Amino acid sequence: MTSLLFLIPAALCLGGAGLLAFLWSLNTGQFDDMEGASMRVLADDDVEPPQ
Amino acid sequence: MASLDLSGFVHAAKDGRDEIDFAVQGVTCAACIGKIERAVKALPGAPDARLNFATRRLKVQWNSGAFDPAAVAAKLEPLGYYARPFDQGALDSDDAAEAKRLLRCLAVAGFAAMNVMLLSVSVWAGAASAIDPATRDLFHWISALIALPAAAFAGQPFFSSAFKALMARTTNMDVPISVGVVLALALSLVETIRGAEQVYFDGALMLMFFLLVGRALDQAMRRKTRAVAANMASLRAQQATLMKIDGTMVETPIAAIAPGDRVYVRPGERVPVDGRVGVGASAVDDSLITGETKGRSVAAGDGVYAGSINLSGALEVDVVAASAGTLLDEVERLLENALSTKSRYVRLADRVAAYYAPVVHLTALLTGIGWAIAGASLHDVFVIAISVLIVTCPCAIALAIPAVQVVVAGALLRSGVLLNRGDAIERLAEVDTVVFDKTGTLTLPELAFDGLGDIPPDLAKIAVRLAASSHHPLARALAKTGAPTPPFANAVEEPARGVRAMVKGEEARLGSLEFCGLDTPNDSGVDGLSRLAFRLGSRTAIFRLSQVLRADAPASVDWLRRRGYRVAILSGDNEAAVGEIARALGVEDAVGGLKPAQKVARLAALAQQGRKTLMVGDGLNDAPALAGAHVSMSPSSAADLAQNVADAVFMGDLLAPVCAALQASKRAVDAMRQNLVMAALYNAAAVPLAIFGHLTPIVAALAMSSSSLVVTVNALRLRNAAALDLASNGNVAATKRSAPLSSMKVAA
Repeated sequence: MTSLLFLIPAALCLGGAGLLAFLWSLNTGQFDDMEGASMRVLADDDVEPPQ
Repeated sequence: MASLDLSGFVHAAKDGRDEIDFAVQGVTCAACIGKIERAVKALPGAPDARLNFATRRLKVQWNSGAFDPAAVAAKLEPLGYYARPFDQGALDSDDAAEAKRLLRCLAVAGFAAMNVMLLSVSVWAGAASAIDPATRDLFHWISALIALPAAAFAGQPFFSSAFKALMARTTNMDVPISVGVVLALALSLVETIRGAEQVYFDGALMLMFFLLVGRALDQAMRRKTRAVAANMASLRAQQATLMKIDGTMVETPIAAIAPGDRVYVRPGERVPVDGRVGVGASAVDDSLITGETKGRSVAAGDGVYAGSINLSGALEVDVVAASAGTLLDEVERLLENALSTKSRYVRLADRVAAYYAPVVHLTALLTGIGWAIAGASLHDVFVIAISVLIVTCPCAIALAIPAVQVVVAGALLRSGVLLNRGDAIERLAEVDTVVFDKTGTLTLPELAFDGLGDIPPDLAKIAVRLAASSHHPLARALAKTGAPTPPFANAVEEPARGVRAMVKGEEARLGSLEFCGLDTPNDSGVDGLSRLAFRLGSRTAIFRLSQVLRADAPASVDWLRRRGYRVAILSGDNEAAVGEIARALGVEDAVGGLKPAQKVARLAALAQQGRKTLMVGDGLNDAPALAGAHVSMSPSSAADLAQNVADAVFMGDLLAPVCAALQASKRAVDAMRQNLVMAALYNAAAVPLAIFGHLTPIVAALAMSSSSLVVTVNALRLRNAAALDLASNGNVAATKRSAPLSSMKVAA
């Protein structure tokens, strides 16, 4: 019984963390271009060419 | 050269920098993303660029004043991308906000449903192994603490829609959902306070979660279709050259032109507005308006109309009537036409949904009363009534048709087909015979040259370059055959004869036979081809001009025949010309020399044989035939009248969109039938179970929401219904994004 006292809050916190992570990713526009994201992963132009 | 004025499209970004959006045509693959973004970032002023691949929109940001956005379109054009400014703010900020709101509700409902399920499963497991009532009550209270605020937040889309409907004294499908959810939550709260064994927080949240999934999917596909339509509208939007009071010229979107302005129309440009010629003399081609292909000469004071093409001299036109539509109007028009509710299936679904909502409430009420009379406890009466309410909600039936229509309209737009009437999809699906007009439909509306290869390349090169100096239609066609080259600086055009210039000390002439001093009796022109003569010093050449088939006409006709369509050609052109095209395409059923009334009579004869005919035509003379056929399509180059009569318009230089429309319509109607059958089967099975009390609210919630999800997902399958590979035998090509938009680029 006592284990429930921290297991239930722990479960709720973990779920809440997932919820917050989703809302964050939504608000930062990460779902705006689902097709482009799958293609950008292959682009290597974020690597600076050696000077 | 006047510069492009895009200031009307620039707006402030969140961080205070300037921002502009472009709709970009020709984006086909992953490599395009990097190519476009690198090209724009390399422009002076170091703007930031990001391409949204899903919507084909490019967002460019820069520090105020440091950059001219017109450079973007100019930079991308030679790379093969056609970019047009896009007024994003006006169009889809509402859509985007609604999408985010739904996703936020979905996330909260999902979180709450999962956690409440966790507790419910513990209680169910405990019921078998004698759970301590105190623990059970604790779990119920925790469930209530999660479920009530979550439902209050995530239920907003349903509650507000139901509230609006009730205020307007109607009902919609959100009313039974809201009533069901609120009753289930209230009942559960009472049971929790009483310390009862059963609560239904899990069912209410589960219902909300799955309904929100369906709603988010539905909204996403609507948004996508709207986005495609908006791109289409921007790309079709025309620019006009506005003459300011001080005589400078600015390229301005047509929507910004007002009566009283003066616009400049160069030879070869389309007249953008209705107006009167202020200065200048020219010939205009009114073929888009009157169908008359012979140029009409105009001088100061004469009227010119939007859509006419200025053939010879530059004109200054005083605007009488501005263009009516804004981009937003154009988008709404495109979609309204495509989704108009004339269709038989839509009417059926609407009727069912309208009758269904009151029936749902009545059924639930009667079921509750029935069980009460039969002596069930108040708790059981409520639970069963709530189950019936949830299970019978007509979501699936209401979604069955519109979901398919939205997805198919989007798929068709992507392959360059605009639907003028919503029921065109159903009629296209019934077609078994395809009748083509010849000129401008099977062949390109532009002139093309025959046997260019017979002319020495060096001679042809100079001729093409000289042709660029002339505005004559034949010369323009010739100029288009070569790469763009700067015109000769000293070129002189002699009206009605030709153009001449000095090239390396020799005189070059391009024009009529006598202009070039050619008298060739052995080339008398019996083959019906037009001729353009060229002379450089003592060397001469003759260019022959003919109409060419659309590039994929043979493949398209072949595709149609393989699918079992009967293909015929009905043309007003002479028999010999029709026969030649028919042979090239392998069409046996070809008739030439027909008057419009005769075409209509032929179509009527086909209809009498029980054939459903798709008429594809472009000319004014086709308009009665287009109206008379079972369903009709027109190329976007067609006369306006023909475009208005046709049920659908296709863009670009290819015939493939006709095939795509037929294929997509067949699949759409199949999907509509499947959806209606699925929705009906679901109701037939689930409703009796609920009425006789065999369903708990959570099972009812799962059954009801899964039925509407199935219907939505079935519609989403049609995302690529219009993608086709003309060469394939049966299966639709796996290539997700076919090339129609990039083929439109050629026309643009």
